[in-house]
Amino acid sequence: MSHAPNRSQHRRTVAAVAAASALLVAMSACSTPAAGGDPAEAAPGVTDDTVTIGTHQPLTGPAAAGYSSISAATTAYFAYLNENGGVNGRSIEYLVKDDGYNPANTQTVVRELVQDDEVFAILNGLGTPTHTSVLDYLNQNEVPDLFVASGSTSWNQPEKYPWTFGFNADYVTEAEALAQYADDEFAGKSICVLGQDDDFGDEFIEGLENVLGEGSLASVQRYSVSNQDVVAQIGAMQAAGCEVNMLATVNGFTALAIGTAAKLGYQAKWMSSSSGGDYVTLAGFLGEAAPVLLEGFVTTNYLPYAPGNEWDDLFRQINDEYNDGAPFDGNTVFGMSVGYLFAEALAKAGENPTRQGIVDAITSGDLVGNGLVPLSFGADSHAAYKGVSITTVADGVQDFIGVTYVSDGSGGVEPFDGDAVPLENDGLPTS
Amino acid sequence: MSARTQTPRPQTPRTAGPLTTSIRAARPGASARRPTSRLLATALVLTLVAIGATFLLDPYRNYQFALIAATFCATAGLTLLIGLTGQLSLGHAALMAAGGYGYALAANALTDAGVDGVPRFVVSLAAAAAASALLGLLLGLAAARLKGPYLSGVTLVLVIALPAFTAVFSGVFRGDQGVQIAYDGVPPALRTLIAVEQWQAWVAILVAAAVVTWLAVLRNGPAGLRMRAVRDDETSARLQGVRAGRVKVLAFTASSIAAGAGGAVLCFVTQSVSPGAYTLAFSLLLVVAVVIGGLGSLLGAFLGSIVIVLLPWVIQTATGALDLSADAAQRLTGNLPVLVFGVLLIVVTAAWPGGIRAALPKRLRTKRMPRRGAPPMQTSTVAAAEPATVTPTAAPRHPDPEPRTSPAAEPIPTTTER
Amino acid sequence: MDRLLFLLATGLARGAIFALFALSLVLIWRAARVVNFAQGAMAVVATYVAFAVTGLTGSYWIGLASALVAGGLMGLIVERGVMRFASHASPLSGVIIAIGVVMVLQSLLGIAFGPNARPMEAPFPETPIVLGGVPVLSPYDLFVLVVAIGLMGLLALIFTRTSLGLQLRASAFAPEVSRLLGVRVARMVTAGWVLASAVGALAALLLVPTELGLNPHSADMLFVSAFTVAVVGGLDSPPGALVGGLVVGVLISLVTGYLGATVAPIAVLGLLVAVLLVRPGGLFAATEARTA
Repeated sequence: MSHAPNRSQHRRTVAAVAAASALLVAMSACSTPAAGGDPAEAAPGVTDDTVTIGTHQPLTGPAAAGYSSISAATTAYFAYLNENGGVNGRSIEYLVKDDGYNPANTQTVVRELVQDDEVFAILNGLGTPTHTSVLDYLNQNEVPDLFVASGSTSWNQPEKYPWTFGFNADYVTEAEALAQYADDEFAGKSICVLGQDDDFGDEFIEGLENVLGEGSLASVQRYSVSNQDVVAQIGAMQAAGCEVNMLATVNGFTALAIGTAAKLGYQAKWMSSSSGGDYVTLAGFLGEAAPVLLEGFVTTNYLPYAPGNEWDDLFRQINDEYNDGAPFDGNTVFGMSVGYLFAEALAKAGENPTRQGIVDAITSGDLVGNGLVPLSFGADSHAAYKGVSITTVADGVQDFIGVTYVSDGSGGVEPFDGDAVPLENDGLPTS
Repeated sequence: MSARTQTPRPQTPRTAGPLTTSIRAARPGASARRPTSRLLATALVLTLVAIGATFLLDPYRNYQFALIAATFCATAGLTLLIGLTGQLSLGHAALMAAGGYGYALAANALTDAGVDGVPRFVVSLAAAAAASALLGLLLGLAAARLKGPYLSGVTLVLVIALPAFTAVFSGVFRGDQGVQIAYDGVPPALRTLIAVEQWQAWVAILVAAAVVTWLAVLRNGPAGLRMRAVRDDETSARLQGVRAGRVKVLAFTASSIAAGAGGAVLCFVTQSVSPGAYTLAFSLLLVVAVVIGGLGSLLGAFLGSIVIVLLPWVIQTATGALDLSADAAQRLTGNLPVLVFGVLLIVVTAAWPGGIRAALPKRLRTKRMPRRGAPPMQTSTVAAAEPATVTPTAAPRHPDPEPRTSPAAEPIPTTTER
Repeated sequence: MDRLLFLLATGLARGAIFALFALSLVLIWRAARVVNFAQGAMAVVATYVAFAVTGLTGSYWIGLASALVAGGLMGLIVERGVMRFASHASPLSGVIIAIGVVMVLQSLLGIAFGPNARPMEAPFPETPIVLGGVPVLSPYDLFVLVVAIGLMGLLALIFTRTSLGLQLRASAFAPEVSRLLGVRVARMVTAGWVLASAVGALAALLLVPTELGLNPHSADMLFVSAFTVAVVGGLDSPPGALVGGLVVGVLISLVTGYLGATVAPIAVLGLLVAVLLVRPGGLFAATEARTA
C-alpha cells in the first residue's frame, strides 16, 4: 500500500488528459455518422439470398404466458416458405428478441435489431405499451414497422407514423361488432363490461358505447393485471343483474372472469375481444371444466381459424412439420398469418426490395392477406382489418357462425357478406 | 446496529468517518483530504475520456453506453444511500420514474410553449430533479422514522403501486402507455460530426458526471461524515449533536435526485417514460448492481451498471449463437440472465463483499479508471463508504485500493484480496 | 349492505391466506432476524411439487402433504445452503441474499416449466353458500379459514407449551444466553426456517387454486401483500400477522369493490405509510426497537 504522493497523482492526471486528447483526435476521424446509404445499394437487411427482419415479443415474465407461441408460429411459417424457395429467391431470416413485455427492454432490443443486426423491417412487435415506446424511433429512422400485434388504434396514423402498420382488427371495431351482435341476438338484455384498466379497456368500451349508446352499459367494471382476484368485479356484475357480459380481457383474465362467475354460481352470456378469446388457451387455464364453462362463449376473429378451413389445414401441416407439433391454437394461426402477409408484401415489393418499396407495396392496396374480411391497407389507412367475424363455442369447438361485420367508418358496423380470401398456391405468395 | 463501530470524534471532522478514525490517528502520515478542485479536475478528465470513447463505438454501443450512464446515476445514488446510511431502498426504480415523468411532462409543456433545444433540456432536467427530490423527501421523512425492513417494505410497495398511480391519474401520466416526448436531435453545429446515439451518449455522460461528482463532493464533505456517523451508531451520533433524522432525510433526498436524473436521461434517450419500464424487477437489478459492484463504492456502482446493462445482452447473444431448439432458447433467453444475477448476488454478498471493485487488480483500480465521468471512482470510495453493515466478516475487508489518490479514505488495514 | 357483506366475506378469505403467509415471514424474522424475500419463490417451488404429486397420485391431500415437506426442505436448503453465509451483524446481507435466491428459483422454474400457468383444482367447491340472498363464503374459503386459524393456534401451542417452542423463542430473543444454557441455537434457527417455509408453502398452495394457475410468478403479489401485512402487524408479532392479514384482505376487497381495482395498490401503500408513521414498528410492536 502506498501513501499519497501528490506528484504521482499529478503525473497521472496529466497522463490521463494526454490520453484523452489523443483518443479524441484519433477517433474523430473514424467515427462520423454513417453516411446516408446510396440509393442504388441494397436496402439494410437484404442480400442476394436473404432478407433479415426482426421482432420483439414477450418470451419471459408474467406476460409471456399465452403469447410466446406467436413468434414460434411465424418462424415455422418462414421455415416452410424458405424450404419452398423463399420470396424472389431470398429466404427470410426472422430474429426474435425477448422484451419480457417491458418497454425499456423493447427499446433496447429494437435498437439492437435496427442498428446491430441491421434488419430490413420490424415485424409484428407485440404489445401496446411496449410498441408505443419504439414508435417514434422506428419512424424517425424510417424502418418499416409492419403488422404490429395489438389492436390499439395508434398504429393507424399514416400522417404521423408513415412507416407503421397495424395487424389486429382494432379494439373499437371489435367492440362495435360484438355490441351489434348482442343487440341483434339478445335485444333487451342488460349488457355490462369488464375491461382492463388501460387503453385496451378504454377503446373497447368506446366501441361498445358507439353502438349501444352512451351510458347504456348496466355496469362497467375494470381490473388491473397485477391483481388476480376479480371476485369483487364479478360480484358487482352479478349484483347489477348483468345478462350479457363483454370482456376486454387478455386470455388469463377471460378465464379468471368466467371461472370466478362459475364459482359464484353466476350465469351469464360471455363475449370477449379476440385478444382474450382463444378457446384452446382458455381451456388451458380452466382445466377440465372448460367445455362446460365455455359453452356458448362468443368472441370474434378475422383470421381463418376454424376446423376444416383450407388455411387452417395448411397451417396445421406447417405446425406439425416445422414447429415440432406445438399445440395448435389461435396464436398459431395469428403468427402464421402475419408471416404470410409479410411474405406477400415482400413479394409485391419487387425483385430488389427497399424499405420504401415495401411500404409502397402495402399502401398500394394490392395486398390480399388471408383474412375473413378484406385488408384495409391503402394510402390513408394503415389498419389491416376493419372487420371481424363472430365465433361461438359449441361442444368444445370454437367456430364461425357466418355473421361478419365491417366498420362503416362512422362509429358503427354493417354486415359483410363477401367471401373470405381463398388459399392459393399452398400459401406461398407470388409477386 | 453494529457493535463494532467507534464513536465519531468531533475533532476529526474532515476524515473518513468513525470507522477509520482510530486507524487514522495511528497513521499520521496519511495525507489530507483531496481538495474539491482536484476532484473536479479529475471529473473533467474522466468525462472527456468518456466522451472520447464514444467515438470508438458504433451507434448501438453508444446507446448502451447512454443506458449505462443513466443507470449509473441511479446506482451511484443508491450505493451511497445503502453504503453511507444503511438504508436499503427497493424503490429506486420508482424514484427514477418520478424523474422520467418530471422530465417528460416538463418537456412537453415547454414544447407546447415553443421552447426547444438546450433550454428545454435543462429546464426539464431541473423539473426531473425537483419531482424526484420531492418524492425522495417524502420517503426520506418516512425513512427517518423507520428501521431496516420497515423502510424496505415501504419502498417495495411504492414500486408496486407505481402502475396504479399512472393508471389512476391517467390524464397526466397516460397509464400504461406512458408519456412520449418530442425527439431531440443532434444540435446543428455537431450534425456532421456525430450520430444521434453518440449525441445522446454525450448528454448521458455529462449528466452522470455532474450527478456523480456532486454525490462525491457531498460524500467527502461534512454531510457524508454525519451520514456515516448515523449509520454506525445513531445513538452516539445524536449525543455528538448530529441530527440523525435530518441526515437521513438529506441522504434519501440526494439519492433520489440522482435516481431522478437517471430517469430523466433515460427519458431523453428513449423519448418516452412508462410504468412498465420501472418494475420491481428493475429496482432489484439496481440493488444487484450496487451489491456486485461493491456496496458503497461509486466505481462499484459504475461497474455494476455495466453488468446489469450488458449481461442480459451478452447472454442473449450467446444463447442465440447456440444451436438450441426454439422452445429451449425461448426459456433460456430471459431466464438465464436472471439466474446469473441471482447467483452473483448470493456469491458476492456471502463470500465476496467487496464486489467486482475489490477484485480488480490494484493497479487497475487506481490507474485505469473506466472512461466514465466519475471522479469519485478515483477518490475515496470503498473505505469511506463501505458499510459496516454489509460485510459478513467484519475485519478482513478488502483493502482500500487507492490510498494514494484518496486521502479521504484512510487505508484500512486489511489482508484479503481475492 | 348486501354488497358490503359480500366484499367483507371475500376479503376475509383472501386475508386469511395473507395472514398465513405473513406468519411465515414473522416466524423467520423471529428466528433469524431476516426478512425472507425468497419466501414466495420457495413456496412456489413447493407448490410445483404438490402439483406434480397430485398429478401423479390423483390425491389433493398427498399433494398437500408433499408441499409441506417440500416447503420444509426448501427452508432447510436455503438456510443451510446460503443464509448461513449472511452476516449476522448486518440486516442487509440477509435481505440481499434472499433477493438472490428469488432470482435463482424463479429463473430455474421458468427454465424448467416455461411461463404458462397450470390450472390447479381446489379440493372443495368454490361456489359460495348463499345466506339471506347474499353469496358469502364457499366451502373452500371456509377450509382456508379453518386451516389458517387452526394452524395459528397450533403454532401458538408449540411456541408456548412445548420445549421446542421454548427453545425456539429463547434462541431468537437471547441467542447468547440460550447457547450458554445448552440450547443449540444454530439448530433452532434452522428449525425456525423449516417451520416457516412449510407454512409459507401451505399458504401458496391454498392461494393458487383461486387464481390463474401455477406459474413461476404465482406468489409474487402474495409476497408483497403478506410483507405489507407483516410490516403493518409488526414483524415480531404472530397475532399482528393475523390481524394485519385480515385488515389488508378486507381493505383490498372493499377498495376494489367500491373504488376500482386500480386503486387497490395505492390504498395498500397508504395503509402501510399511515400505520408506520403512527407506529414505526407496526401495530403490534411489543417493544421499542433497540437503539444501540
